[in-house]
Amino acid sequence: MRKLIGLTSLGAAALLALSACGGGTPASQSTAKASSGQVVVGSANFPENVLLGEIYAQAMQGKGVKVTKKLNIGSREVYFRALKKGELSMLPEYNGALLTYLDPKASATTTDETNTQLKSKLPSGIVPLDSAQAEDKDSVVVTKETAQKYKLSTLADLKPVAGKMVMGGPPEFKTRKQGVVGLKSEYGINFKSFKSLDTAGPITVSALSKGQIQAANLFTTDPAVLTKGFVVLKDPKNLFGAQNVTPVVNDKVVPANAKQIMNQVSAKLTTDELISMMKQINVDKDDPADVAKEWLKKESL
Amino acid sequence: MSTFLQFFLHWLTSPAQWSGPDGVPARVGEHLYYTLLALAVAIVLALPVGLYTGHTGRGGFLAASIANFARALPTIGLLVIIVQGLGIGLLPPLIVLVALAIPPVLINTYEGIRNVDAELKDAARGVGMTGTEVLFRVELPAAMPLILLGLRTAAIQIVATATVAAYVGLGGLGRFIFDGLSRQDYQALAGGTVFAVLLALAVSLVFMLLRRLLVPRGVRLQEKA
Repeated sequence: MRKLIGLTSLGAAALLALSACGGGTPASQSTAKASSGQVVVGSANFPENVLLGEIYAQAMQGKGVKVTKKLNIGSREVYFRALKKGELSMLPEYNGALLTYLDPKASATTTDETNTQLKSKLPSGIVPLDSAQAEDKDSVVVTKETAQKYKLSTLADLKPVAGKMVMGGPPEFKTRKQGVVGLKSEYGINFKSFKSLDTAGPITVSALSKGQIQAANLFTTDPAVLTKGFVVLKDPKNLFGAQNVTPVVNDKVVPANAKQIMNQVSAKLTTDELISMMKQINVDKDDPADVAKEWLKKESL
Repeated sequence: MSTFLQFFLHWLTSPAQWSGPDGVPARVGEHLYYTLLALAVAIVLALPVGLYTGHTGRGGFLAASIANFARALPTIGLLVIIVQGLGIGLLPPLIVLVALAIPPVLINTYEGIRNVDAELKDAARGVGMTGTEVLFRVELPAAMPLILLGLRTAAIQIVATATVAAYVGLGGLGRFIFDGLSRQDYQALAGGTVFAVLLALAVSLVFMLLRRLLVPRGVRLQEKA
């Protein structure tokens, strides 16, 4: 099973790498404009975003909205342009990542700040709907044993004990603000050392669970948090910013009832729910469409 | 190409590259250490098997088949799977580098020994040599050019591939390449790449010298003829 997880993560990494290259995608080839009343749902080409696309699309379909799905589209450059041009009418976005894309110098940290700035940076006609509580962002995680031993629940708790801990993560985590640099300046955390590993992949997970590193940089929706019982340390100073799941829509073509349905979905979507759905997809190999359907049924949406 | 060269020169001339645990000398040292270690393990494992199978003609096909299978394993994939079991550390990259080095060492030794002129072997036995003496005093020297070629191929592959050690948190020249990629520091990327190529060239040179030292004059003269 472990092998399988490793291979999937590799596959996901390869997909991410490919997506960075952009290239021809269904959306960029399509010239059809979304007609009024018909909601064209897009998504990026990594499993979590496809799942989110399915969730919002199926929720609308279930309430009688006409929906077309164009999921699994390459990079943000491609699918966001498709939204502006009207080839797509809705995207399940992450507020912080989209804001940084629109304004690389943006400095918002909380969810509210991020959404306020996002609204002012979005092109006219494109609006964000309500943000979900669910966030997919960088975090520092430790094993359950380490958390109990040092009584850790937030990053602030790390300060007195970090000197005994080796931190592991992708090489860039060592040099950027939202990483070792910010952990030191914001929380006063000085790790014993830093080990450059992979980006929230099988190497990092394996090193943490075997105790070769004591803290690791993983994403908050990583299924390993569930399967390995890792503890995600809270970030009270918002060093890692806000990355709430936030649908953005083309205001003209998406009817009011569809927006309302999406807001109802977002209201129920938490990080924990997203982690357990990602476990079904990455570990149990379930189809994102089925996972989405099951969750909507459970939440009676 | 010119931008690549600029990247490299700029990186090369910055003094930070020349000292400390992240400097070029330390990284080259680590890289050579991984390379020599992997090559030594591969020689200890593969050379005796190649000598034995080549000398007796027994089990050669099986050994060559297994070695060829090892050659087909994708290095990074294998590395990640091994780390799932063993965790990070020196052992996982060592295993994949050894797996990469065994096929050329084993197959070249086996073929080299097996293809020594049958008349030569007969003559050696004729003058009263034992099997071991035939192997070490006739077959091994005669097969030396091919064996060294196998060792050279293995060494160059290891030098080029030892960069993956950095993927699992170790050092070596791969540190510049992986860090450069993920931090978008293309000067480091170019620098690490150039040094890996230079190291491979140096290894080639070393093997040219070894060939002069280890291949008997008679065999060299025969090759020229």
